[in-house]
Amino acid sequence: MKGNEAIAISAIRNGCDGYFGYPITPQSEVMETLMAEEPWDSTGMVVLQAESETSSINMLYGGASCGKRVMTSSSSPGISLMAEGLSYLAGAELPCLVVNVVRGGPGLGTIQPGQGDYFQACKGGGHGDYKMIVLAPNSAQEMYDFVDLGFELAFKYRNPALILSDGVIGQMMEKVELRPMKPRWTEEEIIKMSPWATTGKTPDRKQNVLTSLALDAAVHEALNHRLIEKYKQMEEEDVRFENYLCEDADHLIVAYGSMARVCENTVDLARKEGIKLGLLRPITLFPYPTKEIQRLVPQLKTIMSVELSAGQMVEDIRLAVNGKIPVNFYGRLGGIVPSPEEVLEAFKKEINK
Amino acid sequence: MDIKDIIKPENKVYSKSPVLLDNVMHYCPGCSHGTVHKLIAEVIEEMGIQEKTIGISPVGCSVFAYNYVDIDWQQAAHGRAPALATATKRLFPDKYVFTYQGDGDLASIGTAEIMHACNRGENIVVIFINNAIYGMTGGQMAPTTLMGMKTATSPNGRREDLHGKPLKITELIAQLEGTCYVTRQSVQSAASTRKTKRAIRKAFENSALKKGTSFVEVVSSCNSGWKLSPVKANEWMVENMFPNYPLGDLKDI
Repeated sequence: MKGNEAIAISAIRNGCDGYFGYPITPQSEVMETLMAEEPWDSTGMVVLQAESETSSINMLYGGASCGKRVMTSSSSPGISLMAEGLSYLAGAELPCLVVNVVRGGPGLGTIQPGQGDYFQACKGGGHGDYKMIVLAPNSAQEMYDFVDLGFELAFKYRNPALILSDGVIGQMMEKVELRPMKPRWTEEEIIKMSPWATTGKTPDRKQNVLTSLALDAAVHEALNHRLIEKYKQMEEEDVRFENYLCEDADHLIVAYGSMARVCENTVDLARKEGIKLGLLRPITLFPYPTKEIQRLVPQLKTIMSVELSAGQMVEDIRLAVNGKIPVNFYGRLGGIVPSPEEVLEAFKKEINK
Repeated sequence: MDIKDIIKPENKVYSKSPVLLDNVMHYCPGCSHGTVHKLIAEVIEEMGIQEKTIGISPVGCSVFAYNYVDIDWQQAAHGRAPALATATKRLFPDKYVFTYQGDGDLASIGTAEIMHACNRGENIVVIFINNAIYGMTGGQMAPTTLMGMKTATSPNGRREDLHGKPLKITELIAQLEGTCYVTRQSVQSAASTRKTKRAIRKAFENSALKKGTSFVEVVSSCNSGWKLSPVKANEWMVENMFPNYPLGDLKDI
């Protein structure tokens, strides 16, 4: 199935309670698949086409406030419209899942794939000091698996989680292994697991109020500190990455999502020429595998970030490396995906400078 | 007879609803919000639905509605309360869900959300406080500001050539087939307050009957924003607001 279809099927099979979305290329298959599957008749999952992305994300705020597993999907311009809502969700500490099947920008850009939303996903996008858990799948299987993982992490931290995919992964058709079904939570389970949720005030507890507003300076600073602690915990406990031929590597490519698939072949080509090249694929973009890069730096001569952007993730690599070795960058834009050979040429040009 | 002999439960003719919390209201003296909050609390109490009611508060003065009415609340981004209510009601179809919104929130920044929620006929209650001004931000012009009315952003009065005419949002809402009950009330007198309470009760009852969206506008005073005393504000409202926003049911199916 297509990566986008895997998202939809996984939502139904992983006990998702509600999907709220708005059509935008290249991810409309997510809602189309859900509407065709009619999960309201099987699992009871709500699927609603909202009037805008602004509404979708605010429907998530409502659904997440109920302690339900709610999600939306969109593509770059739609995620920009959701930025306000994501900031509110993070501020009110509400768990939800957002899928961004990234296209080229800025503006209306192109419907071709891109990775230019890295900053938006990892550095905010909305206002205020907040972070999202960002997962970067590189296959239809990971699109399927990260729905469940995204919900798990979102509820672990009471924080929005975002799957940062791209047009290649969303549209690509691959075999997907379906995991066993997980049921939707009952209201009793929700009350037990998420005692903060607006399930209706009962005499045994105080009212639950879900807000991001705290006008008292000390209260607001304390809220921010609590968020910062949570983000630190994510960095300690939930960094995910994959190494490919790194242990003896002299040089390293760092790439995520569809670019990581291409760069794996680049590593194979380089190895055939006797160049000891390895690949690090960050799976979580926040929290970022900073420590893994720092572990590899002493053995490396150079690192190159390869992205479908003008150079965004490269900044996190440079922060990790802190000037110790050269960090190069190669990127293509406009929806052009470079071949493994093209990346190898770019890599050789840099190391022979 | 001592006063203690008179203060007995059986002699009581009025008491504060237990659904109202004890927090001192931050609203200005003369503001309509407090009265409407009280009516909502009384309706929730009388219908026995405190455990099944979820309120959505807006951005504006009534952002703090949750400090006064003792139910579970979600606090929405500016204008987006109907989107939160939509998801909440669909995910909890047996609960009572209402939004509480002002004119800036509902009739300006949130027009898309309110129109579409009403058009889909979400089984929710909308309480719309129309005082023709932005209260919390300091008395700026709202979509419902009257012609010629002076505000912080129309210091010489609202002009048609600059700002257009007041938006009759409730008349628009009444046209939408998803709404079952659209009414305009006020709380400036004891009689009008009783009528408003009946309207709010009917709206909550409709939502249990799954008849569609119930929309209760309350034409309200903002004496601080209008720069009038509470008494004068009430008089000004009767003389100026009611001719533009006539009271009564616009729709009742």
